[in-house]
Order: sequence, then C-alpha cells, then structure tokens
Amino acid sequence: MSNDEQSQSTFTLDGRRIPFTPGQTIMDAALAAGVYIPHLCHKPGYAPHGSCRVCVVRADGRELSACTAPAAADMSVESEVPDIRALRVAVLQMLFAEGNHVCPACEASGNCTLQAVAYHCGMLTPRFPQRFPRRAVDASHPDVILDHNRCILCELCVRASRDHDGKAVFAVSGRGIGSRLIVDAPSGRLGDTDFSAEDAAAHVCPVGAILPRDEAFRTPIGRRRFDVAPVSRVGDVAPDPDAEAPVPDTATEVMV
Amino acid sequence: MSMPLETATHPERLRRVCIEPLTRVEGHGKVTLLLDDADQVQQARLHIVEFRGFERFIQGRPFWELPVTVQRLCGICPVSHHLAAAKACDRLVGVAELSPTAEKVRRLMHFGQVLQSHALHFFHLSSPDLLFGFDDAPAHRNIVGVIQDEPELARRGVLLRRYGQEVIRVCAGKRIHGTGAIPGGVNKALDNADRELLSADIAQVIDWAEEAVVLMQQLFEAGGDAYRSFGAVPANTLSLVRPDGALELYDGGLRARDPDGEPIFDHASDQDYSTLLNEQVKPWSYMKFPFIAALGAEAGWYRVGPLARVNNCDYIDTPRAEAARRAFGAAGEGRPVQAVLATHWARLIELLHCAESIGRLLDDTDIVGNELLREGESGQLGRQRTGIGVIEAPRGTLFHHYEIDPDGLVTRANLIVSTTNNNQAMNESIRRVARDELDGYALTEGLLNRIEVAIRAYDPCLSCATHALGQMPLAVTLARRDGIVLDVLRRDADGAVRRGDEPISSTTATAPA
Repeated sequence: MSNDEQSQSTFTLDGRRIPFTPGQTIMDAALAAGVYIPHLCHKPGYAPHGSCRVCVVRADGRELSACTAPAAADMSVESEVPDIRALRVAVLQMLFAEGNHVCPACEASGNCTLQAVAYHCGMLTPRFPQRFPRRAVDASHPDVILDHNRCILCELCVRASRDHDGKAVFAVSGRGIGSRLIVDAPSGRLGDTDFSAEDAAAHVCPVGAILPRDEAFRTPIGRRRFDVAPVSRVGDVAPDPDAEAPVPDTATEVMV
Repeated sequence: MSMPLETATHPERLRRVCIEPLTRVEGHGKVTLLLDDADQVQQARLHIVEFRGFERFIQGRPFWELPVTVQRLCGICPVSHHLAAAKACDRLVGVAELSPTAEKVRRLMHFGQVLQSHALHFFHLSSPDLLFGFDDAPAHRNIVGVIQDEPELARRGVLLRRYGQEVIRVCAGKRIHGTGAIPGGVNKALDNADRELLSADIAQVIDWAEEAVVLMQQLFEAGGDAYRSFGAVPANTLSLVRPDGALELYDGGLRARDPDGEPIFDHASDQDYSTLLNEQVKPWSYMKFPFIAALGAEAGWYRVGPLARVNNCDYIDTPRAEAARRAFGAAGEGRPVQAVLATHWARLIELLHCAESIGRLLDDTDIVGNELLREGESGQLGRQRTGIGVIEAPRGTLFHHYEIDPDGLVTRANLIVSTTNNNQAMNESIRRVARDELDGYALTEGLLNRIEVAIRAYDPCLSCATHALGQMPLAVTLARRDGIVLDVLRRDADGAVRRGDEPISSTTATAPA
C-alpha cells in the first residue's frame, strides 16, 4: 500500500470503506469507488444540485442528499438499508405522480434514467394520486423537442446551458408545485432560442423531456441503454475492472 | 335510420333479455333482446359497453410516437395498429416506398400476428362451439373442454399461437407492444440466429395449419344446411387486394363487392377511403356504423375480415392456401359464401397462407438486410400534413388517418377499426339468428349461445372498436320508480343539446328537479 493510500481519509458506506479526497461529496467518492447511489439530478462534472432527493442517504444518523453532502472522515453512511430505500421509492413515486410519465408510449423508455432508477429501487406500483397536469409539447425547434409532460425539474439542462454551453436557454420559473421549465425566448418556444442540437444541454436530460427529433424508437428493444446494462453499472459509476463487458439480453422483456 | 329488429316500436311493453358479458370474444360487450308475450323477438342489439378515446388523447403528441402509442388500443392485434400507424407515418415523412428489408420485416411481423390471432380465435374461443355443439354444457364448452377431449388439437392451437408470437418478438422486440416499425422503415432486421430459430418449426406449423383447414372444412360440411344458413346475411364485402387481385394483408387497393360478387369499386386507393366510406352514429352504441358512401347508410353496410377477404380475392399466392381457397369457393357455387360460420373456414385458410408466407420470407435474404430506413424525398420542411395507413388486420380492414401541424404534432385522428366495419353485419347476423332460432321458443342457455356463436364468428375485438367520442347522440331520461318519465335531455350528433323536443343551450342545461 502506498503512502498516499495510507494517508487517504475514508468513510464507511453500508459497512464498506470508501476513500475520498477533501472537497468530494459522498456521491463523488462512492461513484469513484464503483459504488452506485441512485440519483437523477446529479451528474459528474456538473455543479451539485440536490433537488431530486433520490440520492438520500443517512450519514451519522441524519438524512442527507449524497450529491451535496461533503464526505467526512470516519463518517458512517447508510444507503441500501430498508428505510432509506423506502424513502427513495416514495420520492420516485412522487415524481411519477407529479408529471405525465407514460412509459408504454414514451420514446425514452429503455433509455430513461428515471425509469431505470425506479426499476432499480424496486418501485412496483404508483402510490400517490396522479396529478395529470396539462402540459404542452414544444416541437418548434427543427432538431429537438421539449416535452414538458416528462420534465422532473432536475435542472441539468439549466446547468448545462449556463455552465457548459455559455448560453442561458433554460431556467425554472414559478415556485413549489407551480414550478416549470421555461426557455429564453419572448414567444416561450424553443425554436425561437439560440438552442442547438450540438449543445450539451441537448444531451443531458435524464428523462424524455429534451429529445432529438426524428430518432424515436430507432434503437430496438434489447439494445437500448438500460437493456444492455443496469443503471447501477452504467449510471455514472466507475467501471469495475473485473466486470465482463455487458451483453444485450434480448430474450427477456424487462422494460416496457 | 333504423334497420329491421333494430328498434322496437313499443319497447316498454316488451320483456328484456340481456346476454352479458359476451363470452369468448375480445373485450366487453352485451346483447339485448326484447321479446313480446309470444316470445317473438322485436329488437336485437349488440352493445359495446367500454369506451376508449385514443383519437382524442393523441392530439398534441408528436406523430412519430403513434405506432407505439396507438398499438396500445389492443393486446390481441397490436401489430395491426402498429403497422397501420407506421404506414400513415411513412406518408407523413414522405417515404413512398420502403426498402425491401423494411417492407419484408414488416410483412413478416404482420403474418406472425395474423397467424397467432387466428389461432387464438379458432382453437381457444370458437372451436368448443363447433366441436361440441352449441347446446353443450357451458362448463365443458370452452378451451378446458377442448384440452380434455381433444388434447392434441388444443396443444397445436397453443403452439401455433406461440409460434406467431415468436415471429412478432423477433421482428418487434417483444411479443406484445414492441417497437419494430418506425416512420420510413424498421429499427431492426433479423439476424441469422432469428432465422434459424423460426425456420426450425415452420414446416410443422404449415402442416398443422393445413390440417386445421381440413378439420374446419369437415365441420362445416357436416353442419349441412343448418351451418350454411346460420346467421347468414347477404352482405357487401370490403378488403384490400393486391394489384393482380391476390389476397393481400399488408398493402393494396380497396375492393368492394355486392352480395352477388359484382364490383362496387375496385383497386381504389386507400388514401381515398374517406370519400368511399362514411360513418353513422346511433344513440345506443359507442361503436360507429360505417357504410359505403355510394350506397347510402341503409344499403351500404358491409362485411370485412376473413370471409370478406377470401371471397373478394381472385387467388391466394401460396399453393396450399390457394388449394384450400378453391375448395372453399366451391361451397359458394359460384357466388360469394355468405354463411357466417364459413368465416372460421376462411380464417384458417388465411392462417395457412400466413404460415406459408412466413416460410417464404424466412428463405428471403432481404430479411437480414442492412437498409432499414429511408428518408423522405421532400425533407422535413416539405412534409405531408396528412397520413393515412390502411392494413388488413386479423379481423378486417383497419384505417388510421392522422393530421399534423407544421411542428409535427397530431391535430386530428380518425380510426376505423376492423370490428367497427363489421358492426352492422354483426347486428344483422344476430337478428337473423334471433328470427330463425329464438322466435317463439322459451329461451334456454343453448339458444342464447347461438347469438354469441354468430358474434364469435366475426371475432370482434370490442376494446379496439369504440371511438365515437364527441359525436355520439345521447339521451338521458329521468324516470320515477313507477316508470313515469319526468324529463329527457338529448344531445344530437351535431352536439346540440335539447330538453325533450325543444332546442336548449348546453350551458343552460340544468339537472331536472
């Protein structure tokens, strides 16, 4: 063992020692160590946001979002324990009830992180009354569509446009349950902004809210992102050097 | 307009018999009979008691979702809706001709689905009536009875259906509600492993299909005049046919013939369906009543499905099914076969045709080709705003018609589903059965089953067929317990709301006191 590793601080995650460097969050350290913590609004390389609450963990007895909580030496973190899992499922059930997430008809099915995380966390049924909000599809842009029905307000597109594209195409307006994604155009239409299909913001949506136009269902069932490998293996987590390469499983029907 | 036995003159004086639910059909429906004191049937109606609404809730959605969304209309023949919508979307993206690989993979998927649907219908749903008789005990007159008495036949039925489902899975990724067809083509071709998998059993499937045709022919011929006249109604027929007149299930021209087999129109473009056909709504059904426009609502109703298709085509381009068709045609003695029970025979001839066609496609290297998609010549900005896709679903001709806005969002949709096309024909058949078999008799379970036998022959899919949202005339009657009518609120087909006979505004309509 090198001196560096000997001196590196660690915390425990479900009993496993996770090394971290100063400034890393629990999420950063866990993912770097190859340990998956379910998440939606977090993305490596993006400013932590802590809005979706799916990454809830219990650190030294307090429930925190792993993506915003700094790792601390000898901290004891619980993630895959029954009551934390139940909290996660409840958060996911609220997300599904708040928007119009119709997986059977959604072109993001099989590629959707929300769907994959819900499967991973064992969300089997709806729990809360569906709100069935009336939201529009903005198909005014020639290359990308914006379907507000599926937006979970993770603000990854907001951060991508602002921090990576040097634009400000997206923002969240309103408060509480009235919050909604808006675009930077007086008309309110994506086609009237300077948004481009080349922007990072066009490729960061974890659900089916921002999608390339005319590519729907072009990837056959069995070859979609989460058909090939579960989110716990490809959801921003560092690859396990000992793992075998994923093979598409075309014989089973997992995703709708 | 009311057809004979559709509406009794004085229903309040009649005894009501309700067959609910209809059994061994897809979806939920019921039949009501009104009988007088002499047990004469005065009114017979097939009602569809569920309501869908797809035409409305796809409004505002991107058109490219349609093949996947609209197939959820049905769990039995979703591939038909999937492909009809995909054909409409081909028009929307300006692709006039698919690549050979795309067209053949779609056809393969469709043959698989017609095969599995026909196998399900004959072996699971209808064979108990035909094998055991209409009066057999209900506890035995079902697929469990078939498994007990005819285990090999039941086994073949299950395995034929399974084979069709496997064809669909290979083409669309899932047995039910897959994603194979996309605007302009398909998202995958077959690979060699798929071909080997399906090729291993196809010879057996064809043999079983042919033996099923022989069985049904024997059953029909043994039924004699009783089978020939049962529920038989002289009907116009409508189906797609290939340009050379051959039986066609995926794409062709529209052919309509009168009950004598004389042409009404032939090789008409499916894109002109809305000028060839009209639809009527009636206040007592969620299901619309389509008719051939040139003949009017009263005379223009028609039959679709296996009986119509096998009557309508000039030949079948697979040899064993064609031989079976010739034997079938002989039963009509030069005229179209109108016996409703012959629909089972025609259905199994089609099942055989599908099996032979699957075998032929599995030998075709195009199904493992690489050209999956074609782009529209007109480009995105020059897209069509109207897309119409027509296909022969297992139960008959299926029309999908969409209109989109400049952004590609659906503004209007019209679906005429196979079972809807057969609406009047099914009603006419049950009225014939009511007149021939029920009039004057004390009703028994076996007699009422005859009504269901007539409906089953059409293999209706009732969940697919109910789409009259916003157009259906409605009447709400408020009556006291002793039957005295206190108030009537009506909504006409044009949307106008009236109380009693007086026109009133819908906004001022209040609940009767």
